[in-house]
Amino acid sequence: MASARSEFRCLIGSETVRRWSFDPHQTLLDFLRLEARLTGTKEGCAEGDCGACTVLLGRLRNGALRYDPVNACIVPLGSVDSMQVLTVEHLADAEAHPVQQAMAREHGSQCGFCTPGIVMSLAGLHDACARGQAVANHETINDVLAGNLCRCTGYGPIIAAAKSACTQPAPAAFDSLRTSAEKTLREWQGDTGFLDMQGSKGRFAAPIGLDSLWQIQRQLPDAQLIAGSTDVGLWVNKHHKRFQGIIDLGKVQALRGIQKDARGLTLGAGVTLAECIAPLSALASDLGPLLHRFGSRQVRAQATVGGNIANASPIGDLAPALIALGASVELASADGKRSVALESFFIDYRKRDIAPGEIVASVSVPLDAHTDFHCWKVSKRFDQDISAVCGAFGLAIDNGTITSARVAFGGMAATPRRAALCEQALTGQLAHPDLLESAGAALEEDFAPISDMRASASYRMLAARGLLERCLRRISGETVPELFPLAHSLQAPASG
Amino acid sequence: MAKAIDTAPGAALAHDSALKHATGEAVYIDDMPLPAGTLHLAVGGADTTRGEITAVDLEPVRAAPGVIDVFCAADVPGENDVSPSGRGDEPLLAVSGVRFDGEPVFAVVATSHRAARAAAALGRVHVRAEEPVLTVDDALDQQRFISDEQVMTRGDWREAMQSAPHTAAGTMYCGGQDHFYLEGQVSLAVPQEDGDMLVYCSTQHPSEIQQHLAKVLNKPAHAVTVEVRRIGGGFGGKESQACQWAALAAVAAERNNCAVKCRLDRDDDMRLTGKRHDFRFDWQVGHDDEGQILSVDCTLASRCGCALDLSDPVNDRAMFHVDNAYFFPAVQIRSQRGFTHTVSNTAFRGFGGPQGMLAGERMIEGVARATGLDPLTVRKRNFYCGPKRNITPYFMQVDDFILNELVDELEKSSDYWARRDAIHKANAADPLMLRGLALTPVKFGISFTASWFNQAGALVHIYRDGSIHLNHGGTEMGQGLFIKVAQVVSHALAVPIDQVRVSATRTDKVPNTSATAASSGADLNAMAARNAANTLKRRLMSFAANHFGVDVESVRLADATVFADDHELPFAELVELAYLARVQLSATGFYRTPKIHYNRKKASGRPFYYFAYGAAVSEVAIDTLTGESRVTAVDILHDAGRSLNPAVDLGQIEGGFIQGLGWLTTEELWWDASGKIRTHAPSTYKIPTCSDRPTRMSIQLWSGGENPEPTIHRSKAVGEPPLMLAISVHQALSDAVSSISGYRFVPALDAPATPEALLRAIVEERNRAALPAS
Repeated sequence: MASARSEFRCLIGSETVRRWSFDPHQTLLDFLRLEARLTGTKEGCAEGDCGACTVLLGRLRNGALRYDPVNACIVPLGSVDSMQVLTVEHLADAEAHPVQQAMAREHGSQCGFCTPGIVMSLAGLHDACARGQAVANHETINDVLAGNLCRCTGYGPIIAAAKSACTQPAPAAFDSLRTSAEKTLREWQGDTGFLDMQGSKGRFAAPIGLDSLWQIQRQLPDAQLIAGSTDVGLWVNKHHKRFQGIIDLGKVQALRGIQKDARGLTLGAGVTLAECIAPLSALASDLGPLLHRFGSRQVRAQATVGGNIANASPIGDLAPALIALGASVELASADGKRSVALESFFIDYRKRDIAPGEIVASVSVPLDAHTDFHCWKVSKRFDQDISAVCGAFGLAIDNGTITSARVAFGGMAATPRRAALCEQALTGQLAHPDLLESAGAALEEDFAPISDMRASASYRMLAARGLLERCLRRISGETVPELFPLAHSLQAPASG
Repeated sequence: MAKAIDTAPGAALAHDSALKHATGEAVYIDDMPLPAGTLHLAVGGADTTRGEITAVDLEPVRAAPGVIDVFCAADVPGENDVSPSGRGDEPLLAVSGVRFDGEPVFAVVATSHRAARAAAALGRVHVRAEEPVLTVDDALDQQRFISDEQVMTRGDWREAMQSAPHTAAGTMYCGGQDHFYLEGQVSLAVPQEDGDMLVYCSTQHPSEIQQHLAKVLNKPAHAVTVEVRRIGGGFGGKESQACQWAALAAVAAERNNCAVKCRLDRDDDMRLTGKRHDFRFDWQVGHDDEGQILSVDCTLASRCGCALDLSDPVNDRAMFHVDNAYFFPAVQIRSQRGFTHTVSNTAFRGFGGPQGMLAGERMIEGVARATGLDPLTVRKRNFYCGPKRNITPYFMQVDDFILNELVDELEKSSDYWARRDAIHKANAADPLMLRGLALTPVKFGISFTASWFNQAGALVHIYRDGSIHLNHGGTEMGQGLFIKVAQVVSHALAVPIDQVRVSATRTDKVPNTSATAASSGADLNAMAARNAANTLKRRLMSFAANHFGVDVESVRLADATVFADDHELPFAELVELAYLARVQLSATGFYRTPKIHYNRKKASGRPFYYFAYGAAVSEVAIDTLTGESRVTAVDILHDAGRSLNPAVDLGQIEGGFIQGLGWLTTEELWWDASGKIRTHAPSTYKIPTCSDRPTRMSIQLWSGGENPEPTIHRSKAVGEPPLMLAISVHQALSDAVSSISGYRFVPALDAPATPEALLRAIVEERNRAALPAS
């Protein structure tokens, strides 16, 4: 078992910061602004939606340093242990970074408040471009900026700045900052200890082995587990929640695996949403566009597969898709493991089939060559919005006949759920748009959605029916026009 | 050193803080180092929308960690009011009852922002709940109005309506809009000697904050100074709405004799501050076979919220813009201002104008669908033109109308008619994906309708090394005002722009200023600054004439040099000599807009100095299975007069358009049945993101632009007008839906056109299309 280490450490730019006692609830943003006095990073919403607090998180992925944007407002300080944080202050040396220069040159700022966050998102893109890992085309820029709201410019000048900056090489100062950070992070990785800090306001632990995790969980049964904290961060910021302690699952190695074999794909609970885009898109091409609309790059770099499932949101865009694909969840505890079908893991609104001491360990998606898979989400805004309705259709079609159907929806009930009657109406039928009448009527028996700020009950039903129609037309061989064809052309970012 | 000519008015210079924004060095109030011992303030209220306060239990608040002070309305030393209307209906803290969800009842002062917020959540305010009046329709049903109905009439509209060959009529609702400035409301109050108070406030209206704070603190105005270096977006939301938070911070600072900061969390900001007014329009228009409008009857009813705030001028401006670019031979415009138990609505970019104009464009749509003419044809047929068709519903003569030329140009450059044909073909070929197209014009009146606001002051110093310090009453909120005014001053004194330092707006430098609002920032402040600079220029030239013994007519300033006959001298040396000769090197400037007058009772006069114009073509696609939509192409031609700074102006046009696009598509405010706003954060309230920007977007400044009035360098105001170019998007969406019925009906499409609203309109349009033609 790795040894516990009470010392928290990270790199803020090139500077090593160490702490032996801090409030486990403290956010990275508060640390940067209030303690480190790096006030370039702004607070716009404190819920991870506006991107004004975007910083780059430098992490070792497969031994190499990789920068991902995250919203510092919902990252607990403890979670960046043994990582590097880059803020807008770290980009400029004697000269401003190419992204900063381009933003000024192209009139990419007006009020300027969102600008540091935008600069950091683009600096991440610039780094990826400079390393040959990305191309700053229109689709990629949209994807990179989806999590950065600007209320002034209309984005045109920012897009121009992104394109112009990303043709420039990385400044020497940035390269040397990167190289030396990579060295430090490797050294830190080499020492196998994990953070377990007891502060006056609670404990923060980030175990790397399951044994340590079970041990800490036994000691702190009421501690809050986090696996990305993109939702727990809100509880802290908005509802003033305080916990006995926080256990961060993000560093548990056993939860970080992605395995694909003949039986299927298994994603560890700690795999981030960004990391699961490539393997899931390879499984079903519709999952790529869906996942690119899941939160923003900042959220996807932080949020995890396990967190999204364990959180049991009634919408949870991943869940309907995975249910339609017949996924199962593996739950683990000190006492052993068990597996449940994902659809039965969700019991009721925010209620899950999980016992005290258990964690979501992984999710497995069976590989079924015969499955015809389609999914779409409908939301008020295309990017970075929560679905009004998310529909997923896993169908087996043999010679034009639907031999089996798994249809699941998010946003239609208290949990992501299958549409049993609709499935029945489809099964054994010839794939044809005329099926809409019977299957659509069944859908209305399956669900009684609610009205809220995202959509009314009647719209949810109409849109669900619309998605069913789109699916039926597609499987009947029609070319169904796509309003958002761009999303399909997006390449999954290099995972690592 | 750059030549002055490169930076003169007309040069596309970057925003004064562009690089500082990008490096994070630009300081906003929340970034400022705090005086030792600074405390933080948060507010708490009831969990009820409307009712009498029966009990307030603040013991848990006082007992919370880090709490230093808790206070209520009775503890406010002076007036417990910050109403800009002077009506006394906007208490800092509620006295006996609450009128909207979350209305602040008490303030908590604690050692940290988080401690204050956590403590505020512990307060228990008990209220005897009453049924709230929530919507425009509720207010109309119950006849609850916040102020008197206003009516504007010209001609015998009744007779003209009756005798018109055709009439079209309808009802439309349009939603409000949250400002969603990225920097929320924030103020830092720092006590000074002699009981004075220095307040750093994120506001568009420092002078009003100063006046209110003086009353709240029970001090003379000279004891309160307000400073604004920059604000992280305003859009109208920091005109009157910044005051409450500044006042609370100041009261707390006074009570505790230490600096106090009040920064609203985003959710609190969206719950507790006013928004764009939402409206209901009931319209009827009489017209002939050729689509010419003969009579208009339009009622604009709005939700004003629980206090008057700026609702009167906002609703007045809505009335002023129903006509948009069109001549109404006879007209009645009625305005009803609903009282509701929701947060008081307020100024928002366009100030009612966008809503009025949306109603006007809906009427054009009505005429087009009734006559079967293309809406663009109807628009052009009704444009103001000639001496007989140039009077607005408020009797102002439109004599600077350029939309005939401007729209002709855009119609050609955007290839409107070919695209119209292509859309007909596409819709016939693919009924699942509907396409629509619309060209809409904008004519927007420039000036505050309250005439006394149309004044500005400036202060310019020249130091002995020739460097120049510039100050004026306008606030910098991202709109590029500071660089525009600096360009004007550098041009007036013929010095490079880097010799001119713009400085924070302060009430002790330039007093009694107007809000930076109504698109007037550059029009007013650049004029005042130029007047100050010209005073200095005259003094320097007269000194130079004396010094060189030449006539003042033969002295000129150019390229940072004074030329006097054969003599020439660098500007800095001239300044030093002038100083030694005891020439005053500091001057104030003042400006008031000429020509404007308005009689509100008679609804007649010239409320606007001039009009700003523009037009946009938008093309859209709607997925009929879900109602999702997308703007596929936009072409804009806009008139900024002789642009002071084309880069800044293009930024205002694009930003305004996208903000208008958000208002009319994704930005839906949603209250639950109890009156609680449920779209109170970016997770639920959706402003446009990068991918909502149309992939193809062409924005041009109109090359023919020149203000016929002698405004600053013949430029035109550009802050608000472009927002209304986005009405073309709503019209295009409506056009796409109307294709279902063969363009026979005005779709039942309200604003915002969310996927849900669009799908509802599509279903309705299909039902109507299925009915036999009447």
